[in-house]
Amino acid sequence: MSNNSRPYLFVIAILLALFGFYNYVVYNTDGYVAVEKLSPAAVNGQQLFQSNRCWSCHQLYGSGGYLGPDLTNIYSAEGKGPNYIKAFLNSGVKSMPQFNFSEEEKDALVEYLKRVDETGIYPNYDAEIEATGWVKIKYKNEK
Amino acid sequence: MKSKAPIYFLLFAMTALFLGMFFGMTASFQYLMPEFLKENIPFSKLRPFHVTSVISWIVLCATGSIYFFLTYVEKFKLFSPLLVKIHFIIFLLTGVAIYFSFAFDYTEGREYFAFAPVLMVPILIGWVLFGINYFKTIYKNVKGWPVYYWMWGTGIVFMCYHLMEAHFWLFDFFRLNFIKDFSVQWKSTGSFTGSWNMLVYGISIYLMSKIKKDSNVATNKVAFFFYFLGLTNLMFGWAHHTYLLPTQPWIRYVAYGISMTEWIVLTSIIYNWKRSVLKVEKENHPMAYRFLLATDLWIFINIILALLFSIPAINFFTHGTHITVAHSMGTTIGINTTILFSALFFIVHQLYPNFETDRKWVKRGFVSFTISLFIFFVSLIIAGAKRSYWMYVSKDGSFSEMQDALIPYYISFFIFGIAIFVSLSIVAFPLFKAFLQKIKP
Ligand code: HEC
Ligand code: HEM
Repeated sequence: MSNNSRPYLFVIAILLALFGFYNYVVYNTDGYVAVEKLSPAAVNGQQLFQSNRCWSCHQLYGSGGYLGPDLTNIYSAEGKGPNYIKAFLNSGVKSMPQFNFSEEEKDALVEYLKRVDETGIYPNYDAEIEATGWVKIKYKNEK
Repeated sequence: MKSKAPIYFLLFAMTALFLGMFFGMTASFQYLMPEFLKENIPFSKLRPFHVTSVISWIVLCATGSIYFFLTYVEKFKLFSPLLVKIHFIIFLLTGVAIYFSFAFDYTEGREYFAFAPVLMVPILIGWVLFGINYFKTIYKNVKGWPVYYWMWGTGIVFMCYHLMEAHFWLFDFFRLNFIKDFSVQWKSTGSFTGSWNMLVYGISIYLMSKIKKDSNVATNKVAFFFYFLGLTNLMFGWAHHTYLLPTQPWIRYVAYGISMTEWIVLTSIIYNWKRSVLKVEKENHPMAYRFLLATDLWIFINIILALLFSIPAINFFTHGTHITVAHSMGTTIGINTTILFSALFFIVHQLYPNFETDRKWVKRGFVSFTISLFIFFVSLIIAGAKRSYWMYVSKDGSFSEMQDALIPYYISFFIFGIAIFVSLSIVAFPLFKAFLQKIKP
């Protein structure tokens, strides 16, 4: 075995350069569907979602914990919506604890879930599965 | 006198494993009795305790093992033994602080890092100290690094980067754009996993080269090829976690392409089956050898699962179900934990050359661990498949009806979870005692 590490350093340098470029692009790319930035109330709601660890039982876009249902489109789902969400926060059903949020906090959480809802669809029932193994997802507001 | 700090790391890691498994058990119990204790210790309290503890087990045990190999096996003079001590103390105190922040609900963070974000600062400092010590030591002592030195170095550097990236959400530049923020979050956690895998897989190659007494395993071109392949996946493969997120399609195309390169790994495993770990010398390191054998089996099972659901058409159905959990625990237990136990057995043999590792109960524990993990894994897969069927095919009944129908699989998940906990504790107990003996003044 030669002691020459130079070729390895060279490969790493190339990979790092690609990585730097790629990160730069990823960090500067917005979602596919143009939506408004999160409002201060929505940011507040997101913070409540984190501090109360809603994510450890619920998913957004299928990611999170799995004891409860996905909440991506709860805001616009038929028969659900703001009051339905608030009712769950007040009562606590099954394993979900009862939360003592102020009215303002509940509004903030609803506002956050509304903004999440605007960004896309999950589960994506109208996605197209292609023969290449690719899935063409349907975007929000797309005909 | 050699520093005892590496042993402290190992004891700390084993404690985290024990507590972590305990929290996992209590968390899974709530699948069976949703109302039980929910007002005081809801699932959402236990899950961060579980996940953070068991991930700490992996990271701390890897760190301790690497320090041990450098000082006790390679007998290098560390750049600074003092820094190792400081590193340990920082991590110990941070660990205690994390438990406090979980217990008293200072949980502003996100999944995997739910604790108060300021605690990331000492963690990062610890990694930087590790990095300084590691690179200074290796640079001085080794010419022509075997692949595991590259892997450990890579793991440390990328760990620092991705731990920071996981907290980019603190900046409005990310936070205000939900989709970008969410994809960067899953990018960082995916690559965070890739970073600890660099440390742990490096350990497995190190062990193979030492147990076989054959340094070629770690210096040949193929080993380096797989290192670069792993690094490429660490950097660019993360977006298979976000196939269903409405990001720009090119991000997902890249992930699909990169993820599929892992077929090369699978092919090589099958092709090299007989030549790989199976030939490892059994006499000197019977338990270290057995655990590496288990690693081989679990790599095989998990890579097939992972490859399949890295195909978007399959991921579409498996994402957001317990199949994901089967994958995360299948790999963290089946692959990472087995490698680390192999390392622990190797280490105990270095400390006590006459230590009898394959005692009757340890062997029994090992067998029951392997069998339990298999059933645990299969229960999660079935639960996931059924949820997927409910989500995409039958689409009828409420969420809670679906959950109720899955109870039999959750029971099996819970019971074999206990079995894993008990078996691993039996295996770990003599090791823990032996390490404890070493640090007695
Ligand atoms: C300990 C786990 C847990 C935590 C924490 C939790 N939930 Fe839930 N949640 C559940 C479960 C389980 C259900 C489903 C109850 C049922 O329908 O049987 C649910 C249902 C809901 C629903 C109704 C969903 C639907 O589709 O019908 C909403 C909305 C909701 N939760 C919001 C939240 C928010 C917001 C938080 C954080 C403040 C939160 N939950 C925290 C477990 C949890
Ligand atoms: C070495 C031991 C273990 C390791 C390394 C480990 C690792 C993990 C990881 C990484 C997750 C996160 C999964 C994800 O986000 O997809 C997780 C979740 C979980 N684990 Fe473990 N685990 C271990 C043992 C156990 C045991 C013994 C149990 C007991 C049954 C258990 C129960 C759970 C539960 C209930 C979840 C949450 C699943 C959900 O969100 O619904 N784990 N574990």
